[in-house]
Amino acid sequence: MNEHNPLTALDRPNSYIGRALPRPNLTRLLQGRGQYVSDMSLPRMAHVAFVRSPYAHARINGIDATEAKAMPGVVAVVTGKELAEVCTPWVGVLSHLKGLKSAPQHAIAVDRACWQGEAVCAVIAETRAAAEDAAERVMVDYEELEPVTDMMTALDSETPLIHPELGDNLAFERNLDVGEVDKAFAEADAVVEAEFVFGRHTGVTLEPRAVIGDWNPGEERLTVYQGTQAPHMMQNIIAKHLGLEEAQVRVVCKDVGGSFGIKVHVYPDEMAVVALSKLLRRPVKYVADRIESFNTDIHARDHRCKAKIAVKADGLITGFAIDDVTGIGPYSMYPRTSAIEANQVVNLVGGQYTNQNYRARTRVVFQNKNVTCQYRAVGHPIACSITEGLVDLAAREIGMDPAAMRRRNLIPDDAYPCAAASGLKFESLSHHASLDKLLSMMDYDGLRAEQAELRKRGIYRGIGLATFIEVTNPSAAFYGVGGARISSQDGVAIRLEATGRIIVQTSITEQGQGSEAITAQVAAHALGVPMERVRVILGDTDNTPYGGGTWASRAAGIGGEAAWQAGKALRTNILAVAASILQADADALDIVDAKVVDKGTDVERMPLEEVARIAYFRPDTLPPGFQPELMAVRHFVPREYPFAFTNGIQASWLEVDPDTGFVTLLKHWCVEDCGTIINPQLVDEQIRGGIVQGIGPALYEHCLYDERGQLTNASMADYLVPMASEMPDIEVGHVVSPTMESELGAKGAGEAGTAGAPAAVVNAVNDALAPFDVRIVEIPMTPEVILRALGKI
Amino acid sequence: MKAAAFDYVRPASVAEALELLRRHGDAAKLISGGQSLVPALNLRLLAPEILIDLGGLDLRSIAMDGGVLRIGALARHVDLLNSALVAEHAPLLALAMPHIAHPAIRNRGTIGGNLAHADPASELPAVMQALDAAIVVEGADGTRRVDARDFFTGIYETVLAADEMIVGVEIPVAEAGRRFFFHEFSRRSGDYAIVGLAAAATVAGGTASDVRLCYFAVGDKATLAEGAGAALSAGPMSVERVAAAQAALAEDLSPQDDQQGSAATRMHLARVVLARATAALFDDPALAGRTAA
Amino acid sequence: MTASVSIKLTVNGETVTADVPPRMHLADFLRERLSLTGTHIGCEHGVCGACTVRLDGDIVRGCLVLAVQANGAAVETVEGVSDSGEIADLQEAFRQRNALQCGYCTPGMLLTAQELLAREETPDRETIREHMSGNYCRCTGYQAIVDAVETTARARAAART
Repeated sequence: MNEHNPLTALDRPNSYIGRALPRPNLTRLLQGRGQYVSDMSLPRMAHVAFVRSPYAHARINGIDATEAKAMPGVVAVVTGKELAEVCTPWVGVLSHLKGLKSAPQHAIAVDRACWQGEAVCAVIAETRAAAEDAAERVMVDYEELEPVTDMMTALDSETPLIHPELGDNLAFERNLDVGEVDKAFAEADAVVEAEFVFGRHTGVTLEPRAVIGDWNPGEERLTVYQGTQAPHMMQNIIAKHLGLEEAQVRVVCKDVGGSFGIKVHVYPDEMAVVALSKLLRRPVKYVADRIESFNTDIHARDHRCKAKIAVKADGLITGFAIDDVTGIGPYSMYPRTSAIEANQVVNLVGGQYTNQNYRARTRVVFQNKNVTCQYRAVGHPIACSITEGLVDLAAREIGMDPAAMRRRNLIPDDAYPCAAASGLKFESLSHHASLDKLLSMMDYDGLRAEQAELRKRGIYRGIGLATFIEVTNPSAAFYGVGGARISSQDGVAIRLEATGRIIVQTSITEQGQGSEAITAQVAAHALGVPMERVRVILGDTDNTPYGGGTWASRAAGIGGEAAWQAGKALRTNILAVAASILQADADALDIVDAKVVDKGTDVERMPLEEVARIAYFRPDTLPPGFQPELMAVRHFVPREYPFAFTNGIQASWLEVDPDTGFVTLLKHWCVEDCGTIINPQLVDEQIRGGIVQGIGPALYEHCLYDERGQLTNASMADYLVPMASEMPDIEVGHVVSPTMESELGAKGAGEAGTAGAPAAVVNAVNDALAPFDVRIVEIPMTPEVILRALGKI
Repeated sequence: MKAAAFDYVRPASVAEALELLRRHGDAAKLISGGQSLVPALNLRLLAPEILIDLGGLDLRSIAMDGGVLRIGALARHVDLLNSALVAEHAPLLALAMPHIAHPAIRNRGTIGGNLAHADPASELPAVMQALDAAIVVEGADGTRRVDARDFFTGIYETVLAADEMIVGVEIPVAEAGRRFFFHEFSRRSGDYAIVGLAAAATVAGGTASDVRLCYFAVGDKATLAEGAGAALSAGPMSVERVAAAQAALAEDLSPQDDQQGSAATRMHLARVVLARATAALFDDPALAGRTAA
Repeated sequence: MTASVSIKLTVNGETVTADVPPRMHLADFLRERLSLTGTHIGCEHGVCGACTVRLDGDIVRGCLVLAVQANGAAVETVEGVSDSGEIADLQEAFRQRNALQCGYCTPGMLLTAQELLAREETPDRETIREHMSGNYCRCTGYQAIVDAVETTARARAAART
């Protein structure tokens, strides 16, 4: 696998690493027999509907729930003030994001609503319909306040302060100045500037957020069924704010209908639900409806960035400079904060290139809109779009082919380890190999010729390239060092059952990525057993080792390595027992296909179930003092590098109708390098799904707010997501540069598609419209945006 | 997102339905396929006291009757899509059907429900006008036929009185030489259009006559562009004539801003689709006036 | 409160009688009254397709049909077509192709695809994409779903000849 730590088990019958195997959990999902939180029902369970602020900013002068409480089926009506008695507020800051500030946020607004959709009162009833009926009768005396909606004027002195106690509307600012930026721009042969605009968008998980709180006063324990990516983080936070010991809280995460970063945060309404369960001493369920999802699921992006690039006539990039502003809503989201995306933009711009002159500023401002926070590929689509947009504009300016421009500037494949201008450390990337592979996969030269030919016939097609880097396998540098109790390590416990079956408990979670599958593959491979023998348990704080969960492209790289190490440890333990039974040298034995065999000849000595039988039922036959340990636990976290960067390149091929501004996607390619590939099918599908999630905001997705802070397209009919008809087929290729931090060598693959897709599509549209000398640096590129750029309207 | 409570009644005849309508007045809503109504109920945009379900009425037939294609109000979109009679005698309607939403919606939505809903972005009100159809309306005072041009009065508004209902439509069969065009610019397949056009014309000797251009999703209701139609049929077809017709759209249409496009975008696309319609009707790509760099 | 209405229908071949409030839509009825939770709810305003079920043989949005409107009808859900074996080949193609990730859209996708497969012998990819265009999937990017439907269509066509 890699040189400094060679694996010995690569060509065994149970070699599952690297193979495209169907996921074990698909059959039940295909039969409609999954169990999502929204499917669950518990005895005496009540349902919550929230009264939500119709105003972006309003003082709550009073709440009259008299009529609502008298409605049929109503269990209780609880205001923010009442709930604050059982749930303390929080502040979403991290100490390593210096200067980041936010205000205390309550589960339900107490005296002021700060965005349209913020919960101001909870109605609990026997059915959701009854709760909604009563919610309509809750009389809230609002006093509308002036909303802050335009992030570009949020810092102006005449703009009202959302949290006067903070002194201004600035949540966070970061400045970076590396190398000789002024000199680089002064001495450049060409400087290209643009103001990039990134619309606000959101995740639209198909299953909305769902949670059931089940406080059992008899046990003094709270069981929380939640669609979350991070059960242990939730356990800690729920305990902390409800005044419980962590041991009193169990978080169970069953099937989750999509997450993408949406479900890794602490939502005030979900905190309210678990607090209500404690208050009412019965199970309480809340499933956001789609309108609530649009208004309260975290949003993302919403950046405006002035950026420029300095280049020499030969294509060498000599400088990048950016000045970024982003609006995050009225609070920094808890506990991961809403400053990470902007921070990542600063970190990532230009990171694929050799240039070492870089200046960046980002300002993160409060506004009276829904909160933004980490969503798939945090910051990457922005950084990539800025970087790759500038590179294409510069290539056009100096008359250089975009692929050649990239080849001229990408960090050479033999230059590692090295660092980006921003300080990011790269262990081993493969930009040039990836570029070469991509150009060959897409027949770049052939496509260019086809493009030229079609252009003569009035058909405008474009090729857009986008190289990218992607943060994966984050260490404690992401959150832990900032004081958040968010685990960057993961644990796996693996045991041999008496029947020879294998149980694996892992702290990573499954929302469809294939966590269960890759855990089973790695464990079976490490042990030498058929994969069907392995059952994986995850998503339950009572029944898994402590760990981070599944987010930031970490499950395979970190949880996978923990499974590998745990599997190896159990294998050693099993062989020790077998050696004892067989009076053999453990080093001369091996496990193949769930049988202990003689190493080298694979002659069977005894099946695993026989080892287990003796260990569990006839330990009296074992030598005195020898204790079989048929369970092993291992944990893993990367220590040397803060992040295992991956890299890749995408290409989009599309057609633009210059009369209508409509874009037709024809084909998309991606070559990526996530290190060791555990299951190529799952990696490919992460890439494809990620790409389409990046195409969405490039062409369709946009949370549209009016000047009063009203989200005006909060429905699935009005907020457009990519659908089957318009999406292209996507070809995926790989280059493999394993990380040396782990024996497995796997890095993450979940976000790479989303990181690069918008830039590829924007560059392709600009390339298609190059004959019209059009330049579009705004997404989503609606027909209207394109028609305007073309001067048609 | 649960609908507010309502009562439910399922009449067995049109007469019974009309009696229920008369009795409950504004408190009642008729439901046929429910594909526009139920979302509005679930979203609590509407909260009628009682729903009168027309699903039990015998209004589903599609039949030829002496030069007129009669379609019952409860004929579903999928029925129209699969109907040989529609394909033969109202080919414009057949062209439009695949653009209406998605299969699961087409299996449930009805022509009568669609027309009564009068969504300005919907295809069928435009098709009915382009085909010179009559909407057959029944009320306490009997049956009346309303010219489709006069039926729609605004956003979700029609000439239907509170105690009337649509029982069917009557479409004059397509004459020989009649040509049709249908296109809509929608962001995604099955979405409501940003701009759509249902067009019919008789083309002979390089000249168009009886041109009916009905736009939808452009203003507060599907609108016949009479000035543009007249301009197109004023003489032998040419690029200049197309341009004149495009210019006439400024008078014919009153596009509105919404999230899918500004009024300016809509007017621009209306002009583009007019040229494309003409090119298709005359089978002459040059008339489309496509932009070249 | 308004009066409940008695309904009688068949669900996956079984006769079901129930008193339902008129406002309860079919998807809620199946999930809450019959515990057939394979019919998922994604938007409740008729856009996402997660609640797709068959009503008298045709696919419909479960959230846009009232349970009272299904009185006398035959309803089939993903549980029913799974148990009957009707779509076993399609399910296996989805499994082999990893044409689902979180699985939430999958029941609706399967029923929608099955309608196309029953109607057209070998639909091309564009036809498949168009037919599935009312069913939202956030995970896969659709290609794997299109592949699985195409594979099933070809296999069925081959089996017929």
